[in-house]
Formats: sequence, C-alpha cells, structure tokens
Amino acid sequence: MTTNTVDLVDYDEVLEKFDPVMGLEVHVELHTNTKMFCGCPTTFGGEPNTQVCPTCLGLPGALPVVNKIGVESAIRIGLALNCEIAEWCRFARKNYFYPDQPKNFQTSQYDEPIAFNGYLDVELDDGEIFRVEIERAHMEEDTGKSLHVGGADGRIHGADYSLLDYNRAGVPLIEIVTKTIEGTGERAPEVARAYVTALRDLLRALDVSDVRMDQGSMRCDVNLSLMPKGATVFGTRSETKNVNSLRSVERAVRYEMSRHAGVLLSGGSVVQETRHFDESDGSTRSGRLKETSEDYRYFPEPDLVPVAPSREWVEELRGTLPELPWQMRNRVQKEWNLSDAELRDLVNAGALDLIAATVKAGAPSGEARSWWVAYLTQQANTQGVDLADLAITPAQVARVIALVAAGDLTNKLARQVVDGVLAGEGEPDAVVESRGLKVVSDDGALLAAIDEALAAQPDVADKIRDGKVAAAGAIVGAVMKTTKGQADAKRVRELIIQRCS
Amino acid sequence: MSIIRQTAADLAAKIHSGELSSVEVTQAHLDRIAEVDSSVHAFLHVNAEGALKAAKAVDDDIAAGKAPASPLAGVPLALKDVFTTKDMPTTCGSKMLEGWRPPYDATLTRKLREAGIVILGKTNMDEFAMGSSTENSAYGPTRNPWDLDRIPGGSGGGSSAALAAFEAPLSIGTDTGGSIRQPGAVTGTVGVKPTYGGVSRYGLVAFSSSLDQGGPCARTVLDAALLHEIIGGHDPLDSTSIDAPVPAVVEAARLGAQGDLTGVRVGVVREFSGDGYAGGVERAFQAAVSQLKALGAEVIEVSCPNFVYALPAYYLIAPSECSSNLARFDAMRYGLRVADDGAHSAEEVMSLTREAGFGAEVKRRIMLGTYALSAGYYDAYYGSAQKVRTLITQDFTKAFEQVDVLVSPTTPTTAFKIGERADDPMAMYLADLCTIPSNLAGNAGMSVPCGLSDEDGLPVGLQIMAPAMADDRMYRVAAAYEAAAGGVIERAPQL
Ligand SMILES: [Zn+2]
Repeated sequence: MTTNTVDLVDYDEVLEKFDPVMGLEVHVELHTNTKMFCGCPTTFGGEPNTQVCPTCLGLPGALPVVNKIGVESAIRIGLALNCEIAEWCRFARKNYFYPDQPKNFQTSQYDEPIAFNGYLDVELDDGEIFRVEIERAHMEEDTGKSLHVGGADGRIHGADYSLLDYNRAGVPLIEIVTKTIEGTGERAPEVARAYVTALRDLLRALDVSDVRMDQGSMRCDVNLSLMPKGATVFGTRSETKNVNSLRSVERAVRYEMSRHAGVLLSGGSVVQETRHFDESDGSTRSGRLKETSEDYRYFPEPDLVPVAPSREWVEELRGTLPELPWQMRNRVQKEWNLSDAELRDLVNAGALDLIAATVKAGAPSGEARSWWVAYLTQQANTQGVDLADLAITPAQVARVIALVAAGDLTNKLARQVVDGVLAGEGEPDAVVESRGLKVVSDDGALLAAIDEALAAQPDVADKIRDGKVAAAGAIVGAVMKTTKGQADAKRVRELIIQRCS
Repeated sequence: MSIIRQTAADLAAKIHSGELSSVEVTQAHLDRIAEVDSSVHAFLHVNAEGALKAAKAVDDDIAAGKAPASPLAGVPLALKDVFTTKDMPTTCGSKMLEGWRPPYDATLTRKLREAGIVILGKTNMDEFAMGSSTENSAYGPTRNPWDLDRIPGGSGGGSSAALAAFEAPLSIGTDTGGSIRQPGAVTGTVGVKPTYGGVSRYGLVAFSSSLDQGGPCARTVLDAALLHEIIGGHDPLDSTSIDAPVPAVVEAARLGAQGDLTGVRVGVVREFSGDGYAGGVERAFQAAVSQLKALGAEVIEVSCPNFVYALPAYYLIAPSECSSNLARFDAMRYGLRVADDGAHSAEEVMSLTREAGFGAEVKRRIMLGTYALSAGYYDAYYGSAQKVRTLITQDFTKAFEQVDVLVSPTTPTTAFKIGERADDPMAMYLADLCTIPSNLAGNAGMSVPCGLSDEDGLPVGLQIMAPAMADDRMYRVAAAYEAAAGGVIERAPQL
C-alpha cells in the first residue's frame, strides 16, 4: 500500500518551503422534484431501480428533455455566486465507459457553462474575508450507483459481482468550480473548509439542494499542488475525490500538502492522479492513475436544443434571490444586538443559519439561540455530527418553543420532546402525544395531588398555613413526582398557597 | 384489382365505406408476405396476430358507426426495425439487439396505433441504419423486387422493398443521409425525408441524432402525404421536434395532382451531374425536368458550390455522433452479452460483447467517429465538418431565394448488384452523394419515381428538395410530376 510508505512532512516545514495552490470542485444535487432530463422522481433512498424510465436508463431510442426548474436553479446559483449568466449555451456529451453510466456518456456542459466568472466572499474563523474566485457553474446529470460485492476493497476490480442502481442516474447536478486559489499560505485548509461551508449555507438559503454531505447531495473534490517558494510555475496536482464532510475538506488539504512535500523533498515527483480520502485516519490513497489526461471526446449534445435564458428571465430570477447568508449575518447582528465575537461564535458553531431559520419560523430570537447553542449543540456533540445534520429542523424547534410559550410544555418536557424528534418519532406534536408529555393543566387533578401531598406531610402543611410560604417547595416536589414532572411548577405553587390560606 | 396492388388511399376509402374490411386487407398482405418474403426478405419480424387484432379493432369501430381514427385507419404498414415497439422485437438489424423487446413504444409507433394503422411487422435495414444497400443487416440482405440479385437501397431497403413487392401499401423509414430517398429511388417507390424536427425521434434508435429523421414511404405521393400528416407534429418528448403545425402536405399533393405548376420555380442543382452519374439516370432526370417545364414550372440552373464537401463532412459528423450514441450497447442492461462466465471482468465483457455484436461497417464508423472527436483532432475534423455544414445551409438559403424547390437525381446510379460494392466503402458512400446535403441542412427532401433507366430498365429517382417546414412545396411538385409521368411500379416484374 502506497499510504504506508509516504513520508509526511511536518506542516510548518511544508510552509517554509512551499506555497499551496488549490482548486475546489463541488457537486451539488438539486432537490428538484424530477430528474434533469426525464420525469422520474429524485427522492433519496428508494428501492433500487424503481425510479427509472427509458430516458434515465439510456434505453435505445429514448431522448432527454431539459428540466426547466433545473436550469432555473443553476441560474439562481450563478447569480448568487456573482457570475455572469450565458446568453446562449449548450449541453455537451462527456464520453466514457462505466457501468453506472447508462448511456456511457454523461450529459454535461463543457466550454459553454450556464454561469461563469463569479466569486464568493468567505469569512475565516478570525473574521477576515477571503475572496474565492469562481470559474464556472455548470449543469449536468448524476450517475447511477454501483455496489461491488466481494473482493478486498469494494472496488470493481476483484469484485465477485457488481449491482447497479440507476435511481440516482439523471438527478440534476450543478458543478461549481473555483479558479485557482493562491495566496492562502498556512490557511489553505481553513480557506477550503470555509469556502465549502459558505457555499453550503448559500445553497441552503437558495433552497435548491438538501446540501447533505453525508448523503452525497453535496460532494467536494480537492485539487492540490505545491509550488516551491519563489517559483512561478504550478506543481503537479492530485485530485482527492468525494471528501464528504466539512472537516474532511480541511483534513484532506492538510494531508495532501504534507504528502506532496514529502514526495518533493525526497527528490520524487508528484503523480497526477485521483486519490480517495479515508475518513478513518484522514489520509488519502491512490485511485486511478491518470497517465494521460482522460479524453472525454466532448461534443455538443445533439439531442437537446441550446439553453438561451432571456435577460428578462434572468432579472426575474435575480429578484427571487433570498437574503444571502452574509446579508443575513449583518441584519441579525443588528436585530439581535450581538457583538462581533458573539456573532462569530454562532457562525463557527454552525448555529446562525439554524437560529435565523428558527426565528423565521416564528420563535423569539433569545429562545431560538438558547436551544441551538445549548441543548442541541450538546446533542450534536454527543452524536458526533454537525449541528446542521441533527435530525431536527428549525421549524420543529420553533414549534417546541411555541408549545413552551403556550404553557403546554415545561422546559424539561420540551427537552424530552426534542429527544423524541431526534430519535425519529415524528413531529413535536406527535411526540407530545405518543410520549404523553403534555403539562397537566387540569386544576382538579393537581388539587387532588396537592391534597394527597399535604395529607402525607401534615407538618409541612401547617408551616404553610402559618405563612411560611417557602415550605411549599416540598409539596411542589411531591406533586411533580406524582405527575411525573408534567405539571407546571408555578401553577402548583399557586394552588398550594390557595389551598392553605 | 387485387387488394395488394391498390393504393393506401383507395384501401382506406373502401375500409371506411365497408366495401372491404381491414381484416381482409391485412390478411391479403400477410398472405403476400408469406408468398414472396422468403425471396425478398423485407421483413425481420411479422406480427400476424397483432396485425389482425388491430385490424379487427378498426373493423369493430366502423361497424359500431364510429368515425375512422384517421384517413388511413385500417390500412396495413411495414415499420422499419429502428422504431421501438412494445409488442415486437426491435433489433436495428444488429446482433447486438437480437430479441430485444423494448418496454416502450416510440412516439411514431404510438401515433400509428392511435391512427388505426395496422403494423404488419418490422422491416430489414442496414445495421443501425448504417449503409446504402441493406447488405449490412446482421440478418442477411434484402433483395430488390425489380431484380433479386440487386440491392434495394439502404439503410431502409426493407421498407422500400416491401412496397415494391406489394407486401405493404405503406411503410416507415428513417433518413440520416438518404436512407429513405435512395431506397425509394432504386425500388421505384416514393420516399420522403421530412424537415428535421418534423417527425418525433423519440423511440427512434439513434444513429446520428442531428441528422436522423423518420418519414413516410409509399407507392404514391398522396399516400405518402396522408401518412406524413399522421406521423408528423410536435412531441414534447423530443426537444428537437419543431413546435409548429405539420405543413399541409395532403392539400399540396391534391393541388399538384391537378397538373399545373405555373408560377413554381424549380432549380436544377448544377453540381449533381457529370462524372459518376450513369447515363441512363441523367437522361431520365433530364426527361423529368422537361416534364416539369411542360407542366408550367419555371426551371433554372442553380449552383450550390459547397455541396461537393457534403459527403466528407457527413462522414465526420455522422460517425462522431454514432460513436457516442452506440456507446450504450455495453452488455450491462439489455441486448447481447458474451463472455459472462465469471472469468472475465466487466470491462472485458463490455469489450468482447461489442466485438461480437457489431458488424464491420458499424465498427468502422465508431472508430472513425471516436478518432474525429479525440483531443487534438476535434477542431480539424468535427469542427471543420460543422463549418461545412453551415456553408451548405447557406448554399440552400441562397438557392431558395431564387427558386421554390431544388431538383436532382436522387442517387447517381440505379440499383447495383448485391456484393458489388461490399468491399469498397467509398463506392458505397457515393450512393448518398445527392441526398446528404438536405440532412446536413435539416431541410425537407423526397424521391419520386422518374421512369426507368434506358441502360438497365431499372427505376430512377427524382429528388425534390424544399426549405425547412416547406415540405408541402415538394409534395405539390411531386404530385404534379407523378400525375403527368405516371408511376413505374406497375412495370415491376411479377414475383
Ligand atoms: Zn427517468
């Protein structure tokens, strides 16, 4: 295994001798209802080969028809990335043989992308803004999925047999390619992560994709090369594929920097190749060798007519752009009265968008903040996932907050409701119902419990009757115990005092 | 007159009036197929049961007093084996798709069924429509009913031979470089390549997507026009289909049949004569031009200087697209699979299947196209060919400023002998010299019988070309010419 023989160079030494040069390619699956070129549904997780038709199976004779919502999403993404939108562009066929590719060509775009020449301003951890230039954003279709059974490493070579699922074939993808990112120095890994994070937040705000890196609806390829200090010519790059979390993006860049430096300092030369990122140890391993650059024999797709978005349509779509993440940040900082540091903490915790969405769903900002930065952050840490990947939506959190405000839940019960939602038990109201978590608000039931408690502790009852109101705590505790915590403690206290006066 | 020798229009009228039943008509054609197809080999698959069932449904409707589903309801038809059919195999003349039953009907197939047209079966063709003789079919050649030792043209030789042998009154072909018109010419039948985008390609197994066009074949101009209006029109499943009404070709054919072409300007393409054109073809063509003049047309000579580059441009564009279109035949999902014995990798199975499943001409074109699209060659080959394509379109535009239609011989020679050009691809490619420009420009073109060659007594075709979406113009001229000159099919030898 090549990974074992690699000399990794200490990160500081890498930076003494080299400048990193990066390029990031992000594939985003659009969450359109139907596929890019046919009417099949795009829902994730269906039984294999149940979401297919002659077109996305590439059956002889079948033809593609462009999904207008797909084009619309691509234009909106382009606009949000400050790109120019092509007045006229075509799809192209990217020809290569692979069994998960039904036609053995991918319908993509080549030298005429729908959007080009843009940028994304990315905020780093210390608040510095780094501008990442965008080369292009283009439309294409996803491939199917292969499952290689048997063999050592789950790859096609050496497998006993392979299974193919074409449900994903034809799902709309947007590929967003940066221009070469230079001048980051030691912050290359951080810039890479910050860029992918910012892009994810942007796409989420646009509501064009689920942007779930864990489910593959957002995938990142990291191109990296090193240039000796003072050199003017780029080094040979490696392309690390399918880096599937924000943290992995950062790790992959750092690892490749150290690996490249190791190769170069030992007098070797970097091989231009595809590498696979290994989540378990943060390393990369060699994939396909690219001895010659692959020849995809691109040519304009003759089965589709050119896409020529009118300027009116583009402007209309510009008008539909939602508040973008950085605009939102500026706004909420003022509205919620946050210091720069507080704002940055929320951003770094990945909580800001979630809080804003929760506020948008009707919750007061204070409660929304407190849920996300306290209890939900704890749960995310326990599960070892990003906050955004918790199985609860801002709307659900807002609903829980509303139930508390209405007196239907206590804070303690509310946490149990959230636990239920996280455990996949459904919407908050359904969890309240199924777990029987509603506050006991029936005074009759409470009074019965109070009378029982007073009778059991006559000495305490006397104290309260004597005006020692503080003694009521013991009775409140007993009542909460009998109601399994589902009573509003404040109300119970009121009733006890009424009862004893 | 026996049923099989009648026109589709006449048969439809008799079926709709109750004089004949569709079942009778269908059975007569099935009998004819049984009688002669062992020598002609126009069909790859005959669906007697399905055809009779469809005919019965039409008869039932008529008996119930319902209006016919279309002007051709109840008339049988032979379908080129390149359109998908749910109830019949679709092989494209290739071993690669032997026995493949598509799970869906082509739009054209669906329109035929909805029109009450009875599909007799699927016709033979050059493998994946690549060829001009039908000799490239993996299932053996089709023979020309005029002379069984000769080719019926290609790639749609089966569809035209079926008409000439009276096995069907109507058929469907596809024309990528002349595959409807050239077989029409050499079998003495009518073949029409509609404007590109005029007939849906959904379910037409692609050879060259930007050139392929399905169209009607018949023994008379009116029959072709009637069929054209049924299969034409916009299809939301084909992005390249034109969203406009079908040109009024039936009306144009009826108008033309009145025999007056006064005010119609006809251009003779100067570049399509001379070297390589058989004397008998040139003389038949000149006689046709004189006939058009006699009908009142104004005839002038026009020059289309870039047409001479059409053939080389075609042989870069068509193979390029075909190399990509045929990549899907990889043994993974349908069709032939060889060497799946556990000893071979998926890649080897793909490669060995393609080796075994494709014939020599298909492989030749896949290799040509793969090369033409390769990095470093793309601009010189595919790119240049696209420029030629633009120049040819400009030639047409200029010509159509001067004239309403252009005419030429459909093909430089009459039907050649089976085997004669099999080892000489260049000679074979020349058969499409005159027809290719219309495909490159996306215009309409058709071939109408134009007498017999005085050299060999075989049919000659008159090609009429019209601007895009002006298909009606060529029908008018063709119908006038047909009315004046008469067809040739009655002179075909009895099989
Ligand atoms: Zn589909």
